[in-house]
Amino acid sequence: MNFLARLFYRYRRVIKAIKLFLLVAGPGIIVMVADNDAGGITTYLVTGSKFSYSLIWFVVLLGPVAYIVQEMTVRLGAVTKRGHAEAIFDSFGPFWGWFSLLDLMFLDWLTLITEFIGMTAALSIFHVPPLLTVIGVSILMGVIVIQGRYWTWEKIVMAFCVLNLIYIPAAFLVHPSVPTILKEGMIPSFPSGFTSDVFFFLMANIGTTIAPWMVFFQQSSVVDKRIQEKDIPWERTDTAVGSVFTVVVAVFCIIVSGALLRGVNIESAAQASQALMGVNQYVGTFLAIGLFDAGLLGAVCISLASSWAFGEIFGWAHSLNNKIREAPWFYVSYFFALITAAAVVLIPGAPLILITLFVQVIAVTLLPAALVFLILLLNDSELMGKYKNTLSQNILGFIIVIAIIVLSTLYGVSVLFPGLV
Amino acid sequence: MAILNWLRNLLRRQVYTVREINRRYAKPRLKTTPMVKIALLMLRIYLLLLVVILLYKFFTLIMG
Repeated sequence: MNFLARLFYRYRRVIKAIKLFLLVAGPGIIVMVADNDAGGITTYLVTGSKFSYSLIWFVVLLGPVAYIVQEMTVRLGAVTKRGHAEAIFDSFGPFWGWFSLLDLMFLDWLTLITEFIGMTAALSIFHVPPLLTVIGVSILMGVIVIQGRYWTWEKIVMAFCVLNLIYIPAAFLVHPSVPTILKEGMIPSFPSGFTSDVFFFLMANIGTTIAPWMVFFQQSSVVDKRIQEKDIPWERTDTAVGSVFTVVVAVFCIIVSGALLRGVNIESAAQASQALMGVNQYVGTFLAIGLFDAGLLGAVCISLASSWAFGEIFGWAHSLNNKIREAPWFYVSYFFALITAAAVVLIPGAPLILITLFVQVIAVTLLPAALVFLILLLNDSELMGKYKNTLSQNILGFIIVIAIIVLSTLYGVSVLFPGLV
Repeated sequence: MAILNWLRNLLRRQVYTVREINRRYAKPRLKTTPMVKIALLMLRIYLLLLVVILLYKFFTLIMG
């Protein structure tokens, strides 16, 4: 009887913990899954086609790296109740504040264009004209945010996050050899040598895993959700679960293209989907749906990252809990970015490839600044109190930040001067 | 004419808002410890270097 009572008590505790987690979960999972945006999916598919499974171990390593960076934004947001843009203005003054805000705005807008490029390319596989895609997506993105409740927005976006897992069944459909994946993919090595091509793709994978908007987005999201200090452990779990999701999706993308497109010269995810349609129609369809979903998730989060940042600095009401009439400028900035980015994709002859490359270059101007500010803010005892970085967190954070800065800078330079790095 | 006036007023309001933001955050709250000073200096140098690289690329593109 005593045993049964204890078992029941444990069961109740587990159920309560799961319920609590589901209440708090959101910002971490969303930011991490949205990190696998159209550009990210393209990078993973091209990585798989060029190097098969051999770089899977590296992508797996990037999961904890992303977690460590994003966990700091969780603490900063929960303790200060401020977004990253406001924290930079407040702690470093207007020069660094404006630099970060304007750089973020420009970078987010350019990235938004790349998300639209991904979405239109994905739906063009199903013969949907770009104009219809752009209009449909803009309406959908509007409907997602204007209902005036953060909770509803979060749950809708979480549903899109689940759809992002479509790459898992796609990978099972190609029947990959598990022993080969484990042998080639999980043992750190460079079978074809450490060539400049390998180095470029390692850098590209880092560039897609840690993006500047993620820092701004998750901190603002934590603030909008009113996460308190006591919720930090749950929010950490949320971020950890999200980082597992992001790695799982990345790995399965590489498996799909590594199995079916090994040695095929592809340059985009849409091209990969198109190529796979000829090999296995279901896999091609899944890839195209996944690419559309990735672009949509990225677009929703990136537009919000900018709108939240502007709202914080200009003093506008800037919560998803506000209706349009309560926070008009917040929604105006959201829709302005959305519509202008969508319009660029529709311009005939617009330099879309140049824009995609430019995103990677501009990202290296903002990423180091955002990460350095993050580390400095997390070391401010007055601001963070008992939640400031510990010595081990600082050592780890410092190593990661330096590595990301060096590699993403080299990536940016190699995009500008191909063949130099 | 009415549009011009509206634009002028809008611009004036924006300039005022920016000035207000600059005034609000004029004094950085973070203590300027040696670590902060070094980090910000490195960041400035890094960004300056990036600007030089971007300008170089821009001019070589135009000249080429």
